[in-house]
Amino acid sequence: MNSSERYTAGELLTVMSSRLLKDGQVVFAGVGIPLLAATLAQGLRCPGLTILFEGGVVGPIIEPGKLPPSTNEQRCTKRANMVLGSTDVLLLLQRGYVDIGFMGGAQIDQHGNLNSSFIGDPAQPKTRLPGTGGGNDIASLAQMIVAMKHEKRRFVETVDFVTSPGFLRGGATRREAGLPAGGMYRVVTDLGIFGFDDETRRMKAVALHPGVTIGQVQDNTGFGLAFAPEIDLTERPTERELDVLRKLDPERLYTA
Amino acid sequence: MVDQPYLELRRKLTERDRSLHEKVVSLDEAASLVKDGETLGIGGSTLSRTPMAMIWALIRARRKRLTCARGIVSSEGDWLFASGICDHIVTSWFSQGIVWGVSKVMRHYVESRKARFDEWSHMAMGLRFRAGAMGVPFLPMRSMLGSDVLRQRPEAREFDCPFTGEKLLLVPTLNPDVALIHVQRCDAYGNAQIDGLQFLDIDLAMAANRVILTTERVVSNDQIRRAPDQTKIPFFAVEAVVEVPFGCAPHECGGIYEPLFRHMDYYASLVNKDPIKGMDEYLDRYVYSPKSWIDYLNLLGLDELLDAARRGRSISNE
Repeated sequence: MNSSERYTAGELLTVMSSRLLKDGQVVFAGVGIPLLAATLAQGLRCPGLTILFEGGVVGPIIEPGKLPPSTNEQRCTKRANMVLGSTDVLLLLQRGYVDIGFMGGAQIDQHGNLNSSFIGDPAQPKTRLPGTGGGNDIASLAQMIVAMKHEKRRFVETVDFVTSPGFLRGGATRREAGLPAGGMYRVVTDLGIFGFDDETRRMKAVALHPGVTIGQVQDNTGFGLAFAPEIDLTERPTERELDVLRKLDPERLYTA
Repeated sequence: MVDQPYLELRRKLTERDRSLHEKVVSLDEAASLVKDGETLGIGGSTLSRTPMAMIWALIRARRKRLTCARGIVSSEGDWLFASGICDHIVTSWFSQGIVWGVSKVMRHYVESRKARFDEWSHMAMGLRFRAGAMGVPFLPMRSMLGSDVLRQRPEAREFDCPFTGEKLLLVPTLNPDVALIHVQRCDAYGNAQIDGLQFLDIDLAMAANRVILTTERVVSNDQIRRAPDQTKIPFFAVEAVVEVPFGCAPHECGGIYEPLFRHMDYYASLVNKDPIKGMDEYLDRYVYSPKSWIDYLNLLGLDELLDAARRGRSISNE
């Protein structure tokens, strides 16, 4: 059987977001799919891509099968070029050295704001989530790629709580809040790839994955999505992409 | 909101004995240096270089009403809340780790308002400790603006830059009463060498009014003087030194041992089934019952400790 015919949603997400990265970029990556996608890109197309981790790591080389459980463990430092304090690696975002911030998301809204703090009213929360970590800093200071599962409860009109800012309330509100740099660039899901309108800053579909329909995307989204007039179709993950990815995450810790 | 006036912060340093003197004490003696109601800064991050032995000793000493600040809080936050020694955690992220999901223990205490979890961005936590280390009441930064994280933190202030007119955020200094920091090695005077990830620890040490160091081993002052560039915390910032092998277990200490993953899986399944009874059972078995830290390590098991040590040392393999 051709292995590229069968892949998990996690593998699809990883491959599709990995294709958005370019050689030479400096990428501030979260653990899980962002780390896998950045490592996959490094291995296949982007030998000059540099990964930064919140723990304080500049340019590590992740060992296949030994994925770190967070971006704050010694595994993240394997064969790195430099180890800094966490504040100083985060300050690289503020100084402007980082091309792409890349993380997962629990809940996102039409303007690309991310919530990882509270489900329900923050004053009487139904669920307290772990919080921002460096997510707010990354989203405030860099162009962002977010990789997440496409579900109606995760794609909502307005997030319960803006943990990591996208375009806030759309238009110029992000800049006016004191965030002149960065912003949401792409959201990658198991259904397609999404960008943001230059004026309104509302989310729009720019590409669909193989076999996915516009109706399916809209049905799984909790707000009215715009669709680019000539919407692209992505190419299914290749055997080579899947082979390398499966060596990186053989136990499917992050790609189940 | 500067709760400790500048001259008082200075006085707290100058009144301490800052001479080059030996300060090695036992874990219990070190725990007695922390007073009820104090604010602690906790070194390391997530599963790394967590001063677990010191937290373990503070729980056994039944401290009360502690406030704890750390860059990222992992399962030690569950221990702090569930044991009742701490009712207020200040951090950027709180759960054991992404692979174990959201901490049910954190959720129980925060959602029922039995305890407080104040959220700041990670860089804000870092800059608050840095302001503390610099002896200034705040630092400016460019994140958290526009977010609800900021809306929940009236202690931070939006500010128009007097030079450029840009909107910036000023975050207030954080000067803990005590910093608890675990290191790979230090001498009896407290000259501390940290391998690998430093996290916020150096700023934290210099921001705190006192530092309690736990260390995998105490080395000679001669060894420190052979590589003074490796010393990250100076002796005069340190009040006490405790030698505690495997002092971060079940978390990791860079280059010496990785996390004890099997134990952490077991812990997560136990406490997530029932955050109250599960934590009672866990704390009783692993914190209150052991006669000593060595006894606790025995409970974790030699096979797991050796496996963690093998993985930990392999970091420097080519």
